[in-house]
Amino acid sequence: MTNESILAVRHVTRRFGGLIANSDISLEVRRGELLGLIGPNGAGKSTLFNLIAGTYAPTSGEICLDGDDITSLPDTKRCALGIARTFQVPRSFDSMSVLDNVIVGALVRRSGANQAREQALETLDFVGLATRAAAPAVELTPPEKRRLELARALATEPKLLLLDEVMTGLTPVEARKGVELIRRISDRGITIVMVEHVMEVVMPLVDRAVVLNLGKVLAQGHPKDVVRDESVIAAYLGDRHRAT
Amino acid sequence: MTELTLSRAETKSVASSIAEMRRFEILKALAIFALVAALPIIVHDVYLQNVLILTLMFAALSQSWNILGGYCGQISLGNALYFGIGAYVTSMLFVGFSITPWLGLGLGGVLAAVLAVVLGYPCFRLKGHYFSIATIVIAEIGLLLVHNWDYAGAALGIQWPVGQDGWTTLQFARNKIPYFYLALGLFVVTWFVTFFIEGSRWGYWWRAVRDNPEAARSLGVEVFRSKIAAAAVSAFFTAVGGGFYAAFVGYIDPDSVMSFRFSLLFALPAVLGGIGTLWGPAVGAAVLIPLTEILRSYAGGSGNGLDLIIYGGLVMLVALAKPDGLLSLFQLMGRGRST
Repeated sequence: MTNESILAVRHVTRRFGGLIANSDISLEVRRGELLGLIGPNGAGKSTLFNLIAGTYAPTSGEICLDGDDITSLPDTKRCALGIARTFQVPRSFDSMSVLDNVIVGALVRRSGANQAREQALETLDFVGLATRAAAPAVELTPPEKRRLELARALATEPKLLLLDEVMTGLTPVEARKGVELIRRISDRGITIVMVEHVMEVVMPLVDRAVVLNLGKVLAQGHPKDVVRDESVIAAYLGDRHRAT
Repeated sequence: MTELTLSRAETKSVASSIAEMRRFEILKALAIFALVAALPIIVHDVYLQNVLILTLMFAALSQSWNILGGYCGQISLGNALYFGIGAYVTSMLFVGFSITPWLGLGLGGVLAAVLAVVLGYPCFRLKGHYFSIATIVIAEIGLLLVHNWDYAGAALGIQWPVGQDGWTTLQFARNKIPYFYLALGLFVVTWFVTFFIEGSRWGYWWRAVRDNPEAARSLGVEVFRSKIAAAAVSAFFTAVGGGFYAAFVGYIDPDSVMSFRFSLLFALPAVLGGIGTLWGPAVGAAVLIPLTEILRSYAGGSGNGLDLIIYGGLVMLVALAKPDGLLSLFQLMGRGRST
C-alpha cells in the first residue's frame, strides 16, 4: 500500500427528493488498500457505493479516479476505466452458463470471445468455481452466486473493486472462505472498497474503516481505533449504551 | 483449499474444447442443411413444395426476429413493418423501374435497418411490455400510411408482371423449386449470422442485456447500443425475407405483407421452438407453418381465424409445459444420455 490516492470523493452530496442520503462526503481511497465502508442501516453506504460505481450521479461534488474527474461518466465508462462492482443481491445472467457470465466481464478488455474465455476460466479458477463453469448460472447456490459476482467483476481486470455486502447471509464457514478470497484479491494489488454490515468480518480484514452515519462521515481510521470511537458506538448502539 | 483448481494448460484445453464444440455445431448444421436441400428429390407435390417454401421462409424470418427478441430480449411485435418495407421496395423497384429484385432485397434490407435505428432511439427508452406495445403501434401506423400511398398502389397493391422465368427476375412461375432453394439459402444465412453473433462479443452483450441490464452496464456493456445493433440486424433480414416473399407470391397489397398477423408469425415459431436458441425458430416453424397451411386448406374460408385460436392454444401449452420451447425436449434427451 502506498499513500497515493486512487479514488477521491470530494464534497459529494446526493439527494433523493427531500431526503439527503449523502451530505458533503469527502474521502480518499489509497492505492492497494482494503477499505471498509460501514455504518448502521440508512447511513448512506449504498448510496455512496452507487455514486462511486456510477449508477447515479451526485447532486453536487466530484469523484476522481487516478486524478481524473469521472463525476459525469456513466457506469459503463467507469468499468472501462477500471472500477468494478458486485451487487448486494446477486444479479447473475441466469439463462447463461457460469462461464458465459464471466466472459461478459472479460470482454471489456478483450474483443475476441476465445481470449475472453481463457481469461474467464482463469478467473473462475481463482474464485474456486472452475468446476461449475458449464452449469447454468441459475442453478448456483447463493454462496456460489456471490463468487460468480466476484469472478465477473474480477474478469473486467479492475483497479478498484467495490464489494456490496458480499458476506451477508453466509454461514461462518462460507464467510471464512469469503474472507480468504478477498485477502487473495487484495494480494493481487487490487484496491478494494467493501460495504459491510457484519462488523466481526470486516474489522479484522480491512486496513482502514470509514464509518457513515446519517449521510455523513462519522469517523475513519484504523479499525481498532474506529470501534473504540465513542460517536461510532453511540451511532450503532444508541447513547444509552455508551461505555463510561 | 478443497476446491479443484485448474492449471494453465487445463484452462487452455477447456477453452479449446469449447471452440471444438462450436466447430461440431457447424458440421451438424451443414448436415441438416444438406438433408433439407435434398427434400425436393422426394417431394414432387406442388402443394407440399409450397408448404416447405413457406416453412423455410418463416424459419428464416423467425430467426431474424430471434436475433432481437430472443438474444437481446426485446420483444418486437411490429416486425411486419420491416417485412413490408422489403416487399414494397423490391416490388416498386422491379415493377416501376425494372431493377432486379436482388438489388431490391439489399436496398429494402438497408432501408429497414436504418429505420430500425431511427425508431430504436425513442422505442428503446421503453422497457418490457411498453416496448412491445410501441412496436405494434408503429407497425400499424406504417400499414395505414401504405394503405393511403397512391404511388405504391395504395390499397390495391402491386402486381408483378408475368414475364420470363429466371434468376435475375426471381420469377419462377412453372417450377417452384428455385424458391425452395432461395428460402433455404435465406434461412442458412440467418442461421450463420445468428451463430457467429452468438460466439462474438455482441452475442454475449445482447444476452447480458436480456438477462440483467443493470449488471450488464456494471460490466461495461453498452446496453442501448446493443439493442440498436440487434434491431438493425433483425430488421435487415426481415426486410430481405419480405422482398423474397413479394417475388414468390408476385402480388402484394398492404394487408398481405404488413398485417399484424405477420408480426405474430415471426415471433411465434421462436417462442414455440425455443426463444434465444439457434434452432428454436426452425423447429417452431416446422410445426407451426404446416399446421397453418393444413388448417387453411381444410377449414377454407369458413375457418378464418381458426389458426389464430390454434396458435394461442399452442403458445399457452408451451408456456405451461415447456417454457423453454420444444427444443428443450431434445436437450433433455441429450443430457439424459450424457450423464
